[in-house]
Amino acid sequence: MLLIHCPWCGPREELEFRCGGESHISRPSPSATVSDTDWGNYLFTRKNPKGVHYERWVHAFGCRRWFNVARHTATHRIEAIYAMHEAAPSAFDGADAL
Amino acid sequence: MRRRRDARTIRPFTSADDHCPNASLPCEECLQSSYPQTYKQSIQFCMEWALDLAKLDYSGWRVLREGFRGQAGWTQAWRDPAPKPAYDVIIVGGGGHGLATAYYLARNHGIRNIAVLEKGWLGGGNTGRNTTVIRSNYYYRESAALYDFSLKLYEGLARELNYNVMFSQRGIITLAHSRHDLEAATRWVGAMRVNGVDTDMIGPAEIARRVPILDMRPDARYPVLGGFMQKRAGTARHDAVAWGYARAADALGVDIIQQCEVTGFRRNADGSIAGVETSRGLIAAKTVGIAAAGHSTTLADMAGFRLPVTSYALQAFVTEPLKPVLDTVVLSLATGLYLSQSDKGGLVIGGALDLYPSYAQRGNMPMARTVLGAVAQQYPSLGRVRLVRQWAGIVDVVQDSSPILGATPVPNLLINCGWGTGGFKAIPAGGTLLAHHIATGTPHHLAEPFSLSRFSTGALIDEAAASGIAH
Repeated sequence: MLLIHCPWCGPREELEFRCGGESHISRPSPSATVSDTDWGNYLFTRKNPKGVHYERWVHAFGCRRWFNVARHTATHRIEAIYAMHEAAPSAFDGADAL
Repeated sequence: MRRRRDARTIRPFTSADDHCPNASLPCEECLQSSYPQTYKQSIQFCMEWALDLAKLDYSGWRVLREGFRGQAGWTQAWRDPAPKPAYDVIIVGGGGHGLATAYYLARNHGIRNIAVLEKGWLGGGNTGRNTTVIRSNYYYRESAALYDFSLKLYEGLARELNYNVMFSQRGIITLAHSRHDLEAATRWVGAMRVNGVDTDMIGPAEIARRVPILDMRPDARYPVLGGFMQKRAGTARHDAVAWGYARAADALGVDIIQQCEVTGFRRNADGSIAGVETSRGLIAAKTVGIAAAGHSTTLADMAGFRLPVTSYALQAFVTEPLKPVLDTVVLSLATGLYLSQSDKGGLVIGGALDLYPSYAQRGNMPMARTVLGAVAQQYPSLGRVRLVRQWAGIVDVVQDSSPILGATPVPNLLINCGWGTGGFKAIPAGGTLLAHHIATGTPHHLAEPFSLSRFSTGALIDEAAASGIAH
């Protein structure tokens, strides 16, 4: 069970949240020039590291606001929580770099 | 005796298509050709049979004999060889799919210079962590053909491998809890029957008769309005499937190398695969096949291509042994709970995926609570039964809940991944199809729709709904 620090509501248990998958994905553009392969990758292919994963979470049963979480996928340890518009922090102690 | 006779005289199958349509009942042609036709053949048959007995392979006679000898005469079922410097084919992953691939390469295609590399122990990944359900009740034509092919191979597997995989066709019942569930179920059953899969709608009375422990009261938390059943579905002994394939592959000359982790791929100048770097040194190979569910993307990252696969933990639970209370498999559309009883008496319990990507083979408490809560709500008499084990396997989740089979962007590197929560049921098919592709250089027609290219062409096979568990 994770204890997740919502930036607005404080520490709450994981049941109140939903994980929205990989963060920092940008839509390829302009659309007319994007190849089928690139478009398929944008829709379906996600980073799947055994290490720190940068992902979006929403406080679904709370303030309903989105934020970013850097979480280790093998230990589930949360390394950082940061706002949606912020860039991903890099390098954590003892964590695998992406 | 029928088994020995068939095994000895049926012509060898040359490809997967060559199998009898019903592997548990050999076709007329096979039977005809397997019976001794002349006096001389009869004598020869009897002599071969006597020789088989003398060799004392796995048989009822051997079990009896060892019973009197304190089980002292059994020998190691497969070798533990050191890796050779080079192989024709290397399979990464010593689980069911990898071992089956090696076996069918050797048996169907005559390729014997094969190594199976396993980073841990044989069958210690998802093959040893699933809930052993085998079924083919899928919605789309492509999936039904694929999974029914697998089910048919399972029906003849124990005989083929001479290893009891304990495949028990006890059927699977899928429960509908609302009018909407019922309508969806009716539609699925229609599609499945068109695809040649044996499914039938069944009513509440029939369900109550078949599953007496299920809460059928009208005011139950999850009232049961009906459901559908595939009678040919069932369960098998998961370890036996891995061990049976391992023993049979080893007998055909395949090197099964455990404690040998792949750490990288060596490439030729043209980009094709030259070999694999492992924790036990560099091993050259002409072709490499990957069957390493859970870590498919880890290997793809090493080889320099991307897969639309995300790893999630799927939990399972086993209770203390009970007297027989359930002789089928039951899946609930409302809770995602599925339940069966093993031959030892333990109830084997599974449910939905954990809620976020994970490589931790332990599972998380919220999903455990959801799944076990569903057991207590749907089977009130099991509410106080104690668990003896809980674990999780790491599964490959793909957007359309269908596997990815065949070529990768790297020449001579093929993959079998993306089976999601249902890889165990597909082991014989996954092995056959990957072996076919490695041996012939072209995908098997059953595997063609499941190529990696479907994610750029858009020809997805979306089984997310039809598989009964949302992911």
